[in-house]
Amino acid sequence: MLLRFFLMGLDRKAGIVLTILAILAVAVPVMTLWVPADSPFHLSVFTVSLLGKYLCFALLALALDLVWGYCGILSLGHAAFFAIGGYAMGMYLMRQIGPRGVYGNPVLPDFMVFLNWKELPWYWWGFDQFWFAAVMVLVVPGALAFAFGWFAFRSRVTGVYLSIITQALTFALLLAFFRNDMGFGGNNGLTDFKDILGYDIQADTTRVALFVATVAALALSYMIASGVIASKLGKVLVALRDAESRVRFMGYDTESYKLFAWTLSACMAGVAGALYVPQVGIINPSEFAPASSIEAVIWVAVGGRGTLAGAILGAVLVNMGKSYFTGALPELWLFALGGLFVAVTLFLPKGLLGLGAQLKAKLPGRKASPLSNAQPADQKGA
Amino acid sequence: MRRALRWLMAVCVVVATSTAAYAADLRPLVQALGSGGYSGTEKALAQLSEAGDPAAVPVIEALQAGDLYVRKSDGTVVVARKSGDAFTLTDPLTRAALGDAPAAAVEKIRINNSLRRAISASLGALTLMSPDAGVRRSAADAVFKSRDASALETLSAAIAKEQDKGVRAAMEQARAAILLTGEAASKMTDADIQAATDTLTARGDRDALVLLNMVAGSGASDVTKKLAAAAVSTLEQKLAFWAALQNLWYGLSLGSVLLLAAIGLAVTFGVMGVINMAHGEMVMIGAYTTFLVQEFFRAHAPGLFDLSILVALPAAFLVSGGVGIIIERSVIRWLYGRPLETLLATWGLSLALQQAVRSIFGPTNREVGAPSWMSGAFELGGLTITYGRLWIVIFAFAVFAALLVALKRTWFGLSIRAVTQNRPMANAMGIRTARVDALTFGLGSGIAGLAGVALSQIDNVSPNLGQGYILDSFMVVVFGGVGNLWGTLVGALTLGSMNKFLEPYAGAVLGKILVLIFIILFIQRRPRGLFALKGRAVEA
Repeated sequence: MLLRFFLMGLDRKAGIVLTILAILAVAVPVMTLWVPADSPFHLSVFTVSLLGKYLCFALLALALDLVWGYCGILSLGHAAFFAIGGYAMGMYLMRQIGPRGVYGNPVLPDFMVFLNWKELPWYWWGFDQFWFAAVMVLVVPGALAFAFGWFAFRSRVTGVYLSIITQALTFALLLAFFRNDMGFGGNNGLTDFKDILGYDIQADTTRVALFVATVAALALSYMIASGVIASKLGKVLVALRDAESRVRFMGYDTESYKLFAWTLSACMAGVAGALYVPQVGIINPSEFAPASSIEAVIWVAVGGRGTLAGAILGAVLVNMGKSYFTGALPELWLFALGGLFVAVTLFLPKGLLGLGAQLKAKLPGRKASPLSNAQPADQKGA
Repeated sequence: MRRALRWLMAVCVVVATSTAAYAADLRPLVQALGSGGYSGTEKALAQLSEAGDPAAVPVIEALQAGDLYVRKSDGTVVVARKSGDAFTLTDPLTRAALGDAPAAAVEKIRINNSLRRAISASLGALTLMSPDAGVRRSAADAVFKSRDASALETLSAAIAKEQDKGVRAAMEQARAAILLTGEAASKMTDADIQAATDTLTARGDRDALVLLNMVAGSGASDVTKKLAAAAVSTLEQKLAFWAALQNLWYGLSLGSVLLLAAIGLAVTFGVMGVINMAHGEMVMIGAYTTFLVQEFFRAHAPGLFDLSILVALPAAFLVSGGVGIIIERSVIRWLYGRPLETLLATWGLSLALQQAVRSIFGPTNREVGAPSWMSGAFELGGLTITYGRLWIVIFAFAVFAALLVALKRTWFGLSIRAVTQNRPMANAMGIRTARVDALTFGLGSGIAGLAGVALSQIDNVSPNLGQGYILDSFMVVVFGGVGNLWGTLVGALTLGSMNKFLEPYAGAVLGKILVLIFIILFIQRRPRGLFALKGRAVEA
């Protein structure tokens, strides 16, 4: 049953994606750990962590594509779920520091000692266990998304309004996590991690293992997402993206369908955040910034909305561009990113993956004037 | 600080006019300051203040500042100020120069804490008799604060002589403070105590409350305590009332800032349905235009600086409006009917505009000055209102009214409404819809530019200025109801006051979080905002 579910989503595109991911999962460890350092095929650990970071963003983009591309919910607050997943993992990593902190307190993280707290707040209980943290990485973003979506979809908040209140959500969380008395390290966030599952977090092998775990999570999420989309459920999602009222009038309980996809997507984003934190070594409230959520949307748009593979491609390409620009031409990065936003929405409505189809469609003749074309079929979700 | 300075200046003027006449009588007393150690100085000081002569004020001030010395050669008390290695000596009363002296030739008259108290009390008492009403008033305030019983007699004498109503009230308050807290309280009749507490209640500020609370909790007689407690509760109510009014004013002030920021968005988003994430940058451009206009005035016509804001207003409107029209013609017109794509494209534009401004003007804050008619404050009952804020409130409402008139009463407004409500029909009736689109977007952006002029007065003019307002503006428009200007007005004022009323209880950050949560929940109840459009237009 479960196998059938996964196999259902496997078309040629999925085959390519999974093959690439499998090659990465094998080649990167080999090139890092066993190829000698002077060989041109050697990968530095820094590069591995960078790639791992890109793939975490790719997972976030995948989660976003699931809701934006297939249910027409443009979330401008998905980074909030990402960051919450990251904080859950960060809390586990903080507890692992134990007495090695600056103040040497075996239970309390440094910032709590600094704030003169006497005991661990209740919401930190259990985070010394990896399994608990791992469950929370899924449960907390999922529960938040469920509650938020339950209210929003039931009241039929759609389109722009939904986008704006997701912004409000992530902004409210940003402000909340900045507060010192929230107990999440305030402005500085959680950092200075020592080890994960007993292994030194700085060690080469740990970093490679984290990378492989990220690849695995991405592959699994991709299979789940494409499985969902290929299923009957996925057909309903696409239908309600294109004409929600019509689907509702046909007797479908559209809210539940949306809620399912929304919650699943938030859980994926949480996992992405949880894998992101040990690889970059810090989590702080700036991850909640409204701008980072909007940036994630552009990854999906660049790659191609509603293609899943495109989200992964877009996230990796845009972030590689960001790494290059912020290093080489920091002044120009925002121009490039801004220009990308404009160019993609104007000239690449279907993203890079849709480029071929777009060119083919254009060949017979030019489009009519933009205004007469301004009401596409999926206007509600567009 | 300013008050202290004015007070000092007034004292100097007074002193200069009266020095000669009294100098002779005061001389022995001044001389006595320099002998007998602390107790000798204190005794002489008491006699000086009993003499009630304002001419003694500079002497006592010199003593307070540690500038009063004794010349060792003849024991004369002098004012000495260090210049280089030596001291420049002057006569404390006549201010006549007495030449220089090496440091070893003079000895400082030292003061201790009890002397310091005595000094400020006698300064207070002495200046109560000053011919200048301002000086008398600050002297009364000083006595009110020090509550020095030795000033009581001078105070009573001063009250009897006082003509100015305001100053007499201040003096009576000071006397009431002394009476209630000093030993005299036990000998007072109930009526006197009543009168004293009433006087303090009438003063009606926090100082009076602190004082009355102290009396209510002190070892005074039961009657005094009871009366003081009653006065405390009256006063607390009064203060709470003014605090609520002050909050209301802050709320109105914040609300009008939100209104200014959101009102342009109400046009682009509310009327046209374009999600303009670059709206904040239009505000920022307006603020930078103000900066440039001010720079121009500073360089070429510093005398007319007060008018720079008035020039900046149309300039900012035109610059921001022009940028808006360029954006509409180049990007947004291809995206009508695709609101979420518009959102992304304008977000991209906002990033590029921010970076452009950062590259041109640098990442740091730019200094935008306030014209003189916008600085300062005035008191209204228990309220302190700054002129800057007052002008912004007035300006916000003026812009709102002007926009309302423009949309409802002009041909241009009619075209805008026609195009919004039924584009093909408007087109068929001969309205050039493309041009109306561009001008509407320009209007919304221009209003954002106007907001930028106002915000440059209260916020940092930096490339990030707009980002701080964009989310708030969207909240206001969505909360008020898209497509409804009145909704924007009500939304801005509601959110503004809510924020300010929550702040004292929850703190600024938590208050803001609560407001955001409120908006999220509110949208669930009314997905189309406070004043929702009804009918078919909603689904279009």
